[in-house]
Amino acid sequence: MTLTTRKFDALIVGAGGAGLRAALQLSNAEARVAVVSKVFPTRSHTVAAQGGVNAALANVLPDSWHWHMFDTVKGSDYLGDQDAIEYMCRAAPKVVYELEHFGVPFSRLEEGNIYQRAFGGQSQHFGKEQAARTCAAADRTGHAILHSLYQQNLRAQTHFFDEYFAIDLIKDETGHVLGVVAFDILSGEPIVIEAKTTLIATGGAGQIFRTNTNALSNTGDGMAMALRAGVPLEDMEFVQFHPTGIAGRGMLITEGARGEGGFLINDQGERFMERYAPNAKDLASRDVVSRAIAIEVREGRGCGRNKDHTLLDLRHLGADTIMKKLPGIREVSMTFLGVDPIEAPIPVFPTCHYSMGGIPTNRDGQVVVPVKDTPEDPVPGLYAAGEAACVSVHGANRLGGNSLLDILVFGRAAANHILDFLKDNRQHRPLHQESVDQALARLARWDRKGEGEAVEPLRRELRKVMEDHCGVFRTAEVMQEGVTRLHELRERIDNAVIRDHSRTFNTARVEAMELENLMDCAMATIVSALGREESRGAHSRMDFTDRDDERWLRHSLYSLQDDAMDYKPVRTQPVTVESFPPKERVY
Amino acid sequence: MSLPDTQTRWRCRRGMLENDLLLRAFLEYGYDELDQEGRDAFDRLLGYPDNLLLDLVLGRQQTVDAGIARLVPLIRAAAAARTWE
Repeated sequence: MTLTTRKFDALIVGAGGAGLRAALQLSNAEARVAVVSKVFPTRSHTVAAQGGVNAALANVLPDSWHWHMFDTVKGSDYLGDQDAIEYMCRAAPKVVYELEHFGVPFSRLEEGNIYQRAFGGQSQHFGKEQAARTCAAADRTGHAILHSLYQQNLRAQTHFFDEYFAIDLIKDETGHVLGVVAFDILSGEPIVIEAKTTLIATGGAGQIFRTNTNALSNTGDGMAMALRAGVPLEDMEFVQFHPTGIAGRGMLITEGARGEGGFLINDQGERFMERYAPNAKDLASRDVVSRAIAIEVREGRGCGRNKDHTLLDLRHLGADTIMKKLPGIREVSMTFLGVDPIEAPIPVFPTCHYSMGGIPTNRDGQVVVPVKDTPEDPVPGLYAAGEAACVSVHGANRLGGNSLLDILVFGRAAANHILDFLKDNRQHRPLHQESVDQALARLARWDRKGEGEAVEPLRRELRKVMEDHCGVFRTAEVMQEGVTRLHELRERIDNAVIRDHSRTFNTARVEAMELENLMDCAMATIVSALGREESRGAHSRMDFTDRDDERWLRHSLYSLQDDAMDYKPVRTQPVTVESFPPKERVY
Repeated sequence: MSLPDTQTRWRCRRGMLENDLLLRAFLEYGYDELDQEGRDAFDRLLGYPDNLLLDLVLGRQQTVDAGIARLVPLIRAAAAARTWE
């Protein structure tokens, strides 16, 4: 079989905000750029980001990048790398003005400046008055950014491989990354895309949990590709959850519902938050409410046929209040559950929203791995940015408005470093056929016929195991059982088969390969969570309830080989300013 | 009853979970019943940006495309009827 081969200076896997921002920077510099995306680019998950992008423009209230940096370090529970955080906060105003020039219609103040709204965790003067730092295009900032970047890339003549699925990285024996092997979902034909540099920008892996807010496409494909290429994943135990997702569906019911007086009840009709937080009750912090719901379910007081959720009751607020103040929540509940909250309570469960961990990079977007005594040695030719990467600016928890900022700043930074790399590396390195053959074998594995389990039930089981054993209720015992069950599932996935062996638009094959990627990301998450014996940021252990800076102020690194854990120091030294030492977090 | 063609199915993979769930439900409960005109309208709907698609299905915006307008209540009914995992 003759294999189609294409060659580019830079290859970007993933067409969300990080990938498109990088592609634009490269195309504008006249590099030959290709973007591979399994869905049409404007259907990337960036489109769902509603909140906005943080930048210390000081348009509404006084602000400074240094205060933004302080808030981000504090929000990260001191696990964020302070050099990367300084870089990001300093670059923020520039990337926002660039977006404005690309055509993003930011909401405006009367005098014409970009409007900025206040979000939680934003402060002036290093933790004092509330700041207003988030620039937004109404409630669809991600949509505006994604569409503007896509249009700009079309103008700049970026080459798009739409609806192509990247199977694996191509890597030679010296460790250089040479591109990817992908296949065209339409024709089923594999293709070798050789590139002097490859950037992974495939987004997060929220689909490893049954209840999550992510699009179905967020299956951690790039993270898993990196793992298989021998790159460890960093800080995968840190996963952001919201307490009240619609049970079984995942989308958020905002805190506003409880703010208006809604309360949570268990199967006895008991307002159980009174036991967990006698003062704040249903308005306790997110992690407290999330854990309380999980405990109620674990202890058998869950609701519904499977007793796997609690209920959010709004009925006592009355029809008028619900229709006037919570119309969006009523609409979502009626559409996705057929439940009108005026008449019946809404089933809720904590929902996974964002992965703080990912492929380890430095602030130039280079993927870095430990080599002997060096904790961060760049992998030549390989870059990562956005939710797929861990740079690490979010550390143990992410502030609202910092994820869009992350994808823009580090998509751009990676592209700038790629341009430098290309100046010194003008020729393609020889293709490494063995690596290509390995990727093709992964694809061919799903051509196997005969008996075996189907993909969809395995995917359901994997997501349930992660929800039950690595969600918001984490103890060594619970997670160890989860690891055992994932090991069993891994073997069963190895023996799974698909029934459809057609070539054209065989989405069953795509979903099977996504399942393999989910499996690797799930294992990385639970093994990392089991390893970290402390509570920090979004990682909360019932058996290790305190933060332990002496033992755990360090990044975790999970490797696929033997499911091994390693650790590396946090970069506590910023670029130009003094370090913010760890303190107790009080808001 | 034929299954929806796989290309349409893949185009139902969206950037937002809400749209993923709405369209997946419709593929299971409703799409097969559509005549050719209805399927053509569904293809046009899939060409819409995610935010607009969601606004249409949730009734926050109206469309002058009568074919798509006819689909909206069917998609909503499918989402409410679906048995979820």
